[in-house]
Amino acid sequence: MIQASGLRKHYGDTVALDGVDLHVREGEIHGVLGQSGAGKSTLLRCVNLLERPTAGTVTVAGQDLTALGERELNRARRNIGMIHQHFALLSSRTVAGNVAFPLEVMGVPRAERERRVAELLDLVGLEGRGADRPDRLSGGQKQRVGIARALAGNPAVLLSDEATSALDPATTESILALLKRLNAELGLTILLITHEMNVIKNVCDSVSIMARGRIEESGAIADLISTPGSRLTREIFPLPEPAPAGSVTLTFTGDPRRAVVSELIRKFDVDLSILGGSIEDLAGGAAGRLRVVLDGGEATAALAYLREAGVIIEEAA
Amino acid sequence: MTWEEMLPLLWPATVETAEMVGWSTLFTLLVGLPLGVALVVSDRGGLRPAPAVRAVLGFVVNVGRSLPFIVLMIAITPVTRLVVGTTIGTAAFVVPLTVGAVPFFARLVETALREVGADVVQAAQAMGASRATIVRKVLLPEALPGLVAGLTVTVVALIGYSAMAGTLGGGGLGDLAVRYGYQRFETLLMIVTVVLLVVIVQVLQSLGDRLARRLSHK
Repeated sequence: MIQASGLRKHYGDTVALDGVDLHVREGEIHGVLGQSGAGKSTLLRCVNLLERPTAGTVTVAGQDLTALGERELNRARRNIGMIHQHFALLSSRTVAGNVAFPLEVMGVPRAERERRVAELLDLVGLEGRGADRPDRLSGGQKQRVGIARALAGNPAVLLSDEATSALDPATTESILALLKRLNAELGLTILLITHEMNVIKNVCDSVSIMARGRIEESGAIADLISTPGSRLTREIFPLPEPAPAGSVTLTFTGDPRRAVVSELIRKFDVDLSILGGSIEDLAGGAAGRLRVVLDGGEATAALAYLREAGVIIEEAA
Repeated sequence: MTWEEMLPLLWPATVETAEMVGWSTLFTLLVGLPLGVALVVSDRGGLRPAPAVRAVLGFVVNVGRSLPFIVLMIAITPVTRLVVGTTIGTAAFVVPLTVGAVPFFARLVETALREVGADVVQAAQAMGASRATIVRKVLLPEALPGLVAGLTVTVVALIGYSAMAGTLGGGGLGDLAVRYGYQRFETLLMIVTVVLLVVIVQVLQSLGDRLARRLSHK
């Protein structure tokens, strides 16, 4: 649905994007994770060409945006919704007026606009608030208006620019739940950028990790967790690095209730001390990471057994 | 001088001032608003950056702003004659008043438009809005409280300018104050004129403030 190839963006001598390839499949929620200054905001703004990349191409829904003239680009942008960290609502308009704005831009007749606005406010849980001014709303409600506005033209793609970063944790949860619901109900493809691992864990099917203008790692969350030594695994399940000598770090995916550890102790007669670990519920299922020291018994056979069971094993030197 | 003698002088003078200020405000709005928009749109990082256009506009506005009004008024007499056909009377002075106020108002428009958040403009761009739509439906409505405040300041400045115009044959309250108050030592008339001007300015300013506040939803 979104395909960016060889994206570079220079501001004078500063390189914001240093050759980025990004692929987001239809119907998935893809998160770009990175510290501020990593280039993720520039990347997002290159997708709808708010920033024109210095080099590279961006294709959304099969259309190469970088090849379009201004008029065609404006038309193509109507198929790409965007929500913003600070909501970017028009203070001169009511809630309904804000949601109607993109419809006005598209030339939708008034009666049709009013019908659609009511429908959209319903969809985001703001029924009956159409006549309010944005300054009367809470942050979460403002973002709901932003989402309704972004969806007005039935876009195939939604871009989210740190949409929950200005919200408190409970409101963040509710906005993320809304995005997830829209993704499921409307088949909306969502590309979001965030610096919060929480957002990635809660809603994303796949992720790209960005640093210094490059994507360091990209793929489905489950796949990345199954990849030994992946950055995502280290960041979701933080354990002290480097691992102490002689320790073994186990990454479990799939059913977290399977009693692998107690099976191990019974079958192989090993002593097992746990140094640290955690289990996380992810959008794609649960996963856990455990650092242990195995002693005595048949430690080598025990590791082979774990590997057999699909556990990813990293042995410290 | 008694009240019966003053009233027939004060009323026409007030009407003349109102005419001069009213017409020049209208023309200032018609010319200054687009000029202010052009200053913002053509600026670096604007909707359509055009450094050369921006430099020329900025220069013209600064020239207009750097001339003392009384000098400007005399300097553009030929233009006034060309436009109105005469250089005295209330109508004639609408020309220098407008020319004097346009650069002033354009700068205030520029400031008000700059207050509109870049994120709001970008949100509109992301929706595929054209530049004209962004100016019409985002920049101007969002800046409206600031534009009203700017126009109020401009009207008050025009009342001040119009008093100077009065001394050169434009009529109005300024002319009255100079001819009767100053040249004929009619102190009471002078005081009444001053009070009247103060009241007019106060009323206009507070109306403008109230309107700007009502329009603001920040």
